[in-house]
Amino acid sequence: MSTTTFPSDKFEVRPKLDAQGVELGQLLEVSMGPHHPSTHGVFRMDVTLDGETVVKLKPVFGYLHRNHEKIGENISYLATMPYTDRLDYFCSMTNNWAYALTIEKLAGLQVPERAEYIRVIMAELTRLQNHTSLIGFFVQDMGALGTPMMYAFREREKILDLFESVSGARMMCNYMRFGGVRVDVDDEWLAQAKKVVGDYGKFLDEFGAFLSGNEILLARTQGVAPLSKELAINASITGPMLRAAGVNYDLRKVDKYGIYSRFDFKVPLGETGDLYDRYMIRVLEMRESIKILNQALAGISAGPIMDPKAKLRGFRPKAGEVYGRIESPKGELGFYVISDGGPNPYRYRIRPPSYINLTILEDMCLGNKVADVIVILGSVDIVLGEVDR
Amino acid sequence: MADKLDQIFVNVLHWLVSFLPEALRPLASALVCIAFILMVFPLIFSLTTIFERKGLGRIQNRYGPNRVGIPFTKIRLAGFGQFLPDGIKMLTKEDVVPRAADKVVHFLAPIVMLIPVLLTYSVLPFGKNMTLADYDAGLLFFLAVGGAVEVSVFMAGWSSRNKYSLLGAMRAIAQMVSYEIPLILSAVTVVMIVGSLNLSQIVAHQNQYTCGIAHWFVFTPWGLVGFLLFFIASLAESNRTPFDLPEAESEIIAGYFTEYSGFKFALFFLGEYLGMFAIIGLGITLFLGGWTSPVSFLTWIPSWIWFLTKMMAIVFVFIWIRGTLPRLRMDQLMNLAWKFMLPLALINILVAGIWHYMAADWQRWLVCSAIIFGAYVILGRGLMANQKLGLRVYKFAE
Amino acid sequence: MLGEQIIKGMAVTAKNFFGSYVSKDRLTTVQYPEERLPQKYHTRQFPMLVFDGDPEKGLRCVACTICEKECPPKCIYIVKSKDKKPDYKGQPQLYPAVFDIDISVCMSCQICVEVCPFESIKMNTEFELSTDDRFEGLLFHKEQLAKSNEFYHQLHPDDAKDSDAVLAAEKAKAEAKAKAAAEAKIKAEAEAKAKAAAVAAAAPVGAPPANPPTPPPAAK
Repeated sequence: MSTTTFPSDKFEVRPKLDAQGVELGQLLEVSMGPHHPSTHGVFRMDVTLDGETVVKLKPVFGYLHRNHEKIGENISYLATMPYTDRLDYFCSMTNNWAYALTIEKLAGLQVPERAEYIRVIMAELTRLQNHTSLIGFFVQDMGALGTPMMYAFREREKILDLFESVSGARMMCNYMRFGGVRVDVDDEWLAQAKKVVGDYGKFLDEFGAFLSGNEILLARTQGVAPLSKELAINASITGPMLRAAGVNYDLRKVDKYGIYSRFDFKVPLGETGDLYDRYMIRVLEMRESIKILNQALAGISAGPIMDPKAKLRGFRPKAGEVYGRIESPKGELGFYVISDGGPNPYRYRIRPPSYINLTILEDMCLGNKVADVIVILGSVDIVLGEVDR
Repeated sequence: MADKLDQIFVNVLHWLVSFLPEALRPLASALVCIAFILMVFPLIFSLTTIFERKGLGRIQNRYGPNRVGIPFTKIRLAGFGQFLPDGIKMLTKEDVVPRAADKVVHFLAPIVMLIPVLLTYSVLPFGKNMTLADYDAGLLFFLAVGGAVEVSVFMAGWSSRNKYSLLGAMRAIAQMVSYEIPLILSAVTVVMIVGSLNLSQIVAHQNQYTCGIAHWFVFTPWGLVGFLLFFIASLAESNRTPFDLPEAESEIIAGYFTEYSGFKFALFFLGEYLGMFAIIGLGITLFLGGWTSPVSFLTWIPSWIWFLTKMMAIVFVFIWIRGTLPRLRMDQLMNLAWKFMLPLALINILVAGIWHYMAADWQRWLVCSAIIFGAYVILGRGLMANQKLGLRVYKFAE
Repeated sequence: MLGEQIIKGMAVTAKNFFGSYVSKDRLTTVQYPEERLPQKYHTRQFPMLVFDGDPEKGLRCVACTICEKECPPKCIYIVKSKDKKPDYKGQPQLYPAVFDIDISVCMSCQICVEVCPFESIKMNTEFELSTDDRFEGLLFHKEQLAKSNEFYHQLHPDDAKDSDAVLAAEKAKAEAKAKAAAEAKIKAEAEAKAKAAAVAAAAPVGAPPANPPTPPPAAK
């Protein structure tokens, strides 16, 4: 096994020396503190600067820790479902699905076909709206004063309206149940969803004309913070960041959970893993999601939406341990549950993709300018609810 | 009648000044003009802040401020009264001065920003016969005095005794100094053709009409490029997007403004916008014909209305650019100034010379356009290809 | 060529700027509170208790405390009553003496609605509940939570109809059971009487009956 050279091996944390060996100047330590102007939540970075170049970076988080896993041990399985909404608060449907998948594996429940279609539709809509917000935030971090963000959120509102009309809440949907979904979708909703998805291609074209070739964007993102394949795999990066680095690993194709094997979609891969690749991979993934949605909306079958064996009250799965994972928009979201046969789990643990993708932040930022640190953080696509749980 | 409307301010001035004895008349006329400029341009500044907020709002698919009218009354002006409460807010905020700051310099910095900017207004021709001080070296005066703004930025950053302010001020000065050079070089072309530094003469040179179209310098190849260079350099001088690294530096450093609050911040803000108007005014004078109209059948519209219209049009373009483009990073900003705009400005001077010495027919258009276009393409390719920038094609996994 | 993509981007922005005056799609702001968006049908905000007819006597809740146990953030507080009152089926049931929901804790997850077996707690859609009383203002008691069935029909007609159908079915089942029980009782009584008559007929003459109902005739 070859050893990987980390970029931090090449940098010393001390100011430059002049010809006599005397230190030139001092290093500046800055805390880009939890109150951020270009924020992704309450997140702190202790950055050490040499002039304008970053020589050391330490991420500090935990400002949003809410004891999610401990709460999960003390309340029943069903009652944990609304708490999983609040993990990665942008993508509540995929969080719900990951948890439901895990418990269905544990209890041996079967999901009917219509419910599987509905789950795929909701997950791909979630992926669309998450990537849309990300491209908005990404360009805003570069200083475009909110215009791309406003366009992105205008489209995202349409998807959130869809979520509200089916589950009752825009973001904290609490929609999946063990064995199916909670509420059925009617034909009117399907027609509205088809309309939204049909218009999405136009929005992506307009946004692409607006920004994807913009010279300033290109100059600020191409060649900045490249990520090699070996480093990405060694650091357990998953999700669009991994695919931007060139590794072909998408859980929808690897695990084939749900009914993803029925849909025809491709996985885009990047070359160098720099910021522009990560941005463009997400744009391309949105187009693939639109393809999946078109197929799912056309092919949805009629039928029941819950497993008849599933119990709502007094649900006690048999004892055992299970790990279930899905491809959430941020990466691999995994749930590890140990059950002892009681109404509450014995141990409940989440593998948060944002948290694990953050471990590589320092290696990517070293040698870059301060202005890039924010943009690099934006491209990792973290949500503090998931990082801190 | 049109002429009377055109010269209305001049006539009012003469009438006001005629009440005084002969010896005091020049001084009185200067004072009245100064008072007039001090009233009009801050008012335009207030309206511009509102237009900016509403314009940015509409670009971003939302309303801007649309409720505030005149405070303490029930009159609603659809948001155009917003500058009154904003002004009151800025004036009534507590004025915090850091304990370790250099108090005298800290106090003087906004004043040092504002006074040179106001001085530059004295040489701009706002209309026919409407220049406050028609120097023979008017352009030189403008550029020299306008450069004093950079001193105030340095004073603000240094006196705050704050590492971040100092770094922000250093960056701001580097940016402003680098972009002075393309600014001046593009103005040099105009001076070469006209043969004088007097701004009224520059406007008079453009006040001729051929087949109904005016002889504005922007309608020539070297003038167009000169205007574009001047435009980009004036964006950088006013610290507007995409060059607003010193101002909207949301990354860590709030810039040289950090330690200023209340009225001093309002003065900085005012100084920045007035500087923007002044440099736009200079650009209009040099390239867009000042107070002349573009077509000969519209000369009946008063000259000062033309000047204001052109200025507000360019301000709107500034706002439009602010709503669209992301920010450039510091080193990319410097690259643009030194490696792209400076060579292009030098080549532009050469082309202006060729234009002047060739015979006045279609050949000189062709030659000058070809040289400029070729230079632009080569320099542009060089700037982008240096870091191998370009659109990429992505492959899909099997 | 350098700069042409920037011009394209500016064209998009200009399209949005002019479009915002012309089409609603480019100016999606709703100026609350003068304009409001219509609420979606399934919107859920905070729970309410449904009663049929009388807020006290017609309250469907029987204080089974299942919702209190299942509530994830534990925002429901129930104290059972000491006496019983008849419910919609006519059977005497307990009722909640105290039923408090702390809406500053409630996370609108709707689990209480799902697990209630008596169709008594449902979701309301009112959200403009801000108050300046930090404690009492956000603690809703039984009186504030009780809303009539007509109100529920206005709010969610389809769900209310389903709920009524479930209750009607339950009631019908209970009535059928009661009728069957009554019939069985009558049949059992008739059988018992027939059996007693058969026993009396099969008993020997002269032997005194097991329970002499009547005294011997006085004429003897």
